[in-house]
Amino acid sequence: MSGLEGISVKVESSGCSETESWGNAVPILHEIRHALARLLEQGEATIIDLRSIPMGPGDERRLFDALGEGELRAELDALGRSTIRESRYPAVWIVEHFNGNDEVVGRFVEITWIPSILQAQAEDVRAGLDSLAESLAADAGK
Amino acid sequence: MAASKTVGDVLRARGVSRRGFMKFCAATASLMALPPGMVNAVAAALEKARRPSVLWLPFQECTGCTESLTRSHSPTVEGLIFDAISLDYHHTLQAAAGHQAEAALHAAMEENYGNYLLLVDGSIPSKDKAFYSCTAGVSHYDMLVEAAKGAAALVAIGTCAAYGGLPRANPNPTGAVGVQDIIKDKPIINVSGCPPIPVVITGVLAHYLTFGTIPELDKYGRPMAFFGQNIHDRCYRRPFYDRGEFAETFDDEGAKKGYCLYKLGCKGPTTYNACATAKWNSGVSFPVQSGHGCIGCSEPDFWDKGSFYRPLSAGYWGDAKTVGIAGAAGAAIGLAAAAAARSRQKKAQKEEQA
Repeated sequence: MSGLEGISVKVESSGCSETESWGNAVPILHEIRHALARLLEQGEATIIDLRSIPMGPGDERRLFDALGEGELRAELDALGRSTIRESRYPAVWIVEHFNGNDEVVGRFVEITWIPSILQAQAEDVRAGLDSLAESLAADAGK
Repeated sequence: MAASKTVGDVLRARGVSRRGFMKFCAATASLMALPPGMVNAVAAALEKARRPSVLWLPFQECTGCTESLTRSHSPTVEGLIFDAISLDYHHTLQAAAGHQAEAALHAAMEENYGNYLLLVDGSIPSKDKAFYSCTAGVSHYDMLVEAAKGAAALVAIGTCAAYGGLPRANPNPTGAVGVQDIIKDKPIINVSGCPPIPVVITGVLAHYLTFGTIPELDKYGRPMAFFGQNIHDRCYRRPFYDRGEFAETFDDEGAKKGYCLYKLGCKGPTTYNACATAKWNSGVSFPVQSGHGCIGCSEPDFWDKGSFYRPLSAGYWGDAKTVGIAGAAGAAIGLAAAAAARSRQKKAQKEEQA
């Protein structure tokens, strides 16, 4: 159809210039800064739920670009995939939970020594111990 | 019996590890708009929570609310919540049909009398027009009244069930009303929206599942966690509104730059919902972000509140310019009418004298 080329189209997902920032990434970075100070001085951890914060298009990506990648990256396989990675700032962890269809069900920034989900859980350890004892007993019986 | 297992039991039976359970709780707490620090409290509560029996009765509806809810596939948090509850009846989704299905409904109601959660979507034609909407030969009005007797609480899902919705729009030929207009003696949670955002539906169910109580409600009976703020206050385009930068048409420079859509009829300032934060399609976007103003679909009678494309400030009388012109025209007409009346008077006097 003629004339369609005359309609200018702005693609939002292409690299936006800084002047178009909706401005929600910087306040969250400040919150992280305060949380890091609290962690060092009082040992108190902080969790920020990114789902509850109004993000304009590109805000979340700007936040993650600012946080960058650190040394540690872990992948959890329980009820779908989850990724736990340390940002370029130690003790600032980005925890993303996905369901079986790789849709986001939770996105958190945790400012803590180690996110609790990375630790082994007591109930699982107990179940594992029982299972190991059982399989050793079964082998011994052969 | 399915209803007596705890949620913890259900998840363990599905082979979910404690870590998986903690992930489930974190996502559920997020779903319920609880602060992340409450995850442990959620975990403790879910561990012990009994599976409530849930009955879903669809009435005069378009099935959009059921569609909204089922747009997530298992295994997901939403899917698990529905496994964790015991969805004993949903005549659109269930495979059973006919007499067996109706028998199953009555059996579930009897077994769990006083304890089941009743979910409703779709409006209900009022008593004298009840014949407009029936299932299995029973009017929806009667079905609702009967099912509500044994319910612990009701959840009206969607604007139709909450306030009457589209069927209730002028002239309301079926006499459609919302659940709260018929049931007066049971707690009702209104989860309005056309349709409601899926996470809002499951968040409300998750709250009931976890704590066994009704969440805090606003004056329209909607949970404050999701309907406590209006779209305008959480909208990422708010800085444009504050600076007075508006799109005037859908294709002008302002629209392309993502300016505020107030002048194009956005009802954000008077609409309370979670669209600006939770967004749609698992957080992809919402109407304003896609360039269309909010239509106010979670508010009562939103279909009858004037055009979706007239700004709020114009009210029901047209845009501001028209109001000005109408006022001036009215004044002019008044003057003209007075002048005409006077001239008729004079003519009549002349005729009398003649």
